[in-house]
Amino acid sequence: MRARRVRAIAWKEFLQVWRDPRSLMIALLMPFIQIMLLGYGVSVDIKHIPTCTFDREDSQRSEALLKRFQASEYFRIVEVESNYAGVTEALDYGRCKLAIVLPATFSQRLTDVGRSEVQAILDATDDNTANVALGYAQSVVAGFSADVELRQSARRGSPLQNTPLALEPRVWFNEDLNSRNFIVPGIVAMVLALVGAQLTSLTIAREWERGTMEVLISTPVTPSELMIGKVLPYFAIGLLDAAFCISLAVFWFEVPFRGTLATLLFTTSLYLVVVLGIGYLISVLIRSQIGASAIALLATLLPTMLLSGYTFPIDQMPWPVQAITYLVPSRYYVTIVKAVFLKGAGLAQLAVPISLLAVYAAVIAFLAARAFHKRLS
Amino acid sequence: MSETQQDRGVTIAADRLVKRFGAFTAVDDVSFEARRGEIMGFLGPNGAGKSTLIRILCGLLRPSGGRAEVAGLDVARNPERVREKIGYMSQKFSLYADLSVMENLRFFGGVYRVTGARLAERIKFAIEMAGLGGREDALVATLSGGWKQRLALGCAVLHQPAILFLDEPTSGVEPTSRRRFWDLIYALSADGVTVLITTHYMDEAEYCNRIALINQGRLIALGSPGELKRSAIKGNLFLVDCDDPGALLAALQTAPDVSDVAPFGPSLHLLLDRAEADIPRIEQFLAARGLGWTAIEPISPTLEDVFVQLVKRTSPVEAEP
Repeated sequence: MRARRVRAIAWKEFLQVWRDPRSLMIALLMPFIQIMLLGYGVSVDIKHIPTCTFDREDSQRSEALLKRFQASEYFRIVEVESNYAGVTEALDYGRCKLAIVLPATFSQRLTDVGRSEVQAILDATDDNTANVALGYAQSVVAGFSADVELRQSARRGSPLQNTPLALEPRVWFNEDLNSRNFIVPGIVAMVLALVGAQLTSLTIAREWERGTMEVLISTPVTPSELMIGKVLPYFAIGLLDAAFCISLAVFWFEVPFRGTLATLLFTTSLYLVVVLGIGYLISVLIRSQIGASAIALLATLLPTMLLSGYTFPIDQMPWPVQAITYLVPSRYYVTIVKAVFLKGAGLAQLAVPISLLAVYAAVIAFLAARAFHKRLS
Repeated sequence: MSETQQDRGVTIAADRLVKRFGAFTAVDDVSFEARRGEIMGFLGPNGAGKSTLIRILCGLLRPSGGRAEVAGLDVARNPERVREKIGYMSQKFSLYADLSVMENLRFFGGVYRVTGARLAERIKFAIEMAGLGGREDALVATLSGGWKQRLALGCAVLHQPAILFLDEPTSGVEPTSRRRFWDLIYALSADGVTVLITTHYMDEAEYCNRIALINQGRLIALGSPGELKRSAIKGNLFLVDCDDPGALLAALQTAPDVSDVAPFGPSLHLLLDRAEADIPRIEQFLAARGLGWTAIEPISPTLEDVFVQLVKRTSPVEAEP
């Protein structure tokens, strides 16, 4: 290993990226676009669910219940219907996701029998929203129902001071349950997977396509000097992109950052070695830039989006898919980066994912160094 | 490489090299030696195996059989040590077009670990040699063919290699640039650099000290241009100028005393066993068949004549229609 040769290759590679608009765009613009798109676009918080009401009784009590829906930030009453046809139409045309229908005997049955039904009609084309909406609707109705019970028992002369059981929730790590707080840190994993593997996937293929490889391998450069020299500039770009994304996360999206920068730098470097190594390995194996870049996209971005736990929780996946996620390096990094941001986790708490990521990095670096041979064909 | 080889200054020794790609044999049992400071040309048609041979000698391809020694080292065993002593210009232009002249030179300086004052001196030499003074910061993509080619040579000799491999370096370069390129090659050779160059330009081959003629992977002749002409052409060569070379070609193939006739541009090259005595009989033969000609005059053979003769001799099946 000769530092002089590694330096010559790294500098040449840097100049080539600097002068290639396509690479520059991937390196500098993509991270910005991604973090803005995902930071603003992806939100799994469900608020202001468009709702319509159909009150068939129009009594004081039925109105009181509907007022509670109106007061909740989870619902937005967009239409008030006067018949079932109106309800059907509002759901059919997607103007609302939820319809609350109160029967004509609502307050009468409450008084006579002590109970009444409330109908909720849900548009379940998006089952997640439907489920969440149902949950919120149930809690609004339960709150109303508890008040009714309190008043009835007071009238019977045995006043209940309170409902017997009450849950006192304390939410840790993401106190205001803001989904952005756990999505934005994960974007760092996405950006690095995209930028790192994309740029390095071009690096060897480009030399083959342009015919420069033939002379390069006629020089005394060794395969490991070539690999390290070629990956170094992208490592620097990757760290820069990571710093940029993390700054935006903390200062723009105001995601709480409770860990230490040292932990984040160490784990990010480890993850970068993995994604850059994967990109380089693909570039060695696929001698065309288009082919290599497409495969790098499939090999890094897709698993990061789908299988890293970034968008879909891993413990809700069927077990064969869960098994596959262990092969996805971003799985470890997403876990790490969320824990560093939200829990302030240090190296000790993250020993397991860090070790697994380190093993991954070592295996990839070994394979990448071995894959390149200084021979034609 | 044996003691005696080194005493004789042998820097490249190929011993029964074979390279097969599947069923196709690209290099077929080729042996030769090249000495220090020698300019050795590999001449042959496209696809004859010249590039494959050079790539084996540079360690870019593993031979299917045989041994290659370069600068006293077995190429298969010490590829990296061999690479420190050689310079290589591939057939396709191989510098970084998106880097400037200076950046390319610095890159190869770094890769060959040329440093400090020596690097500055070598870069100065390369820029002067290529005639690129004042264009150090120009992107290579903006240079014309002759400049690119001389810069590629400058990069290949930046580390002062003992042996230089040039694979069709002058293809696609205009004639004046080609002449200038050959002047550089002569200067390198005078400094003791062994130059192995492939070409399919017959006129260029004349500039070499020795020529290896390659056809279908086989080495069919090896010698100086003069030696090859003397040994390959048995008889006397004549140029036949005429209006209908096709008809004359067909007729002369059956004429007596003609050992060979071949088309050569718009005219014919005629090889006769004896010189003056045969000419009148040939003229009679053509006149009897009502065929006309403008002139029949003696000429000295070119390397193309040598090549045509040797190819016919080594592959008789193809030569007969």
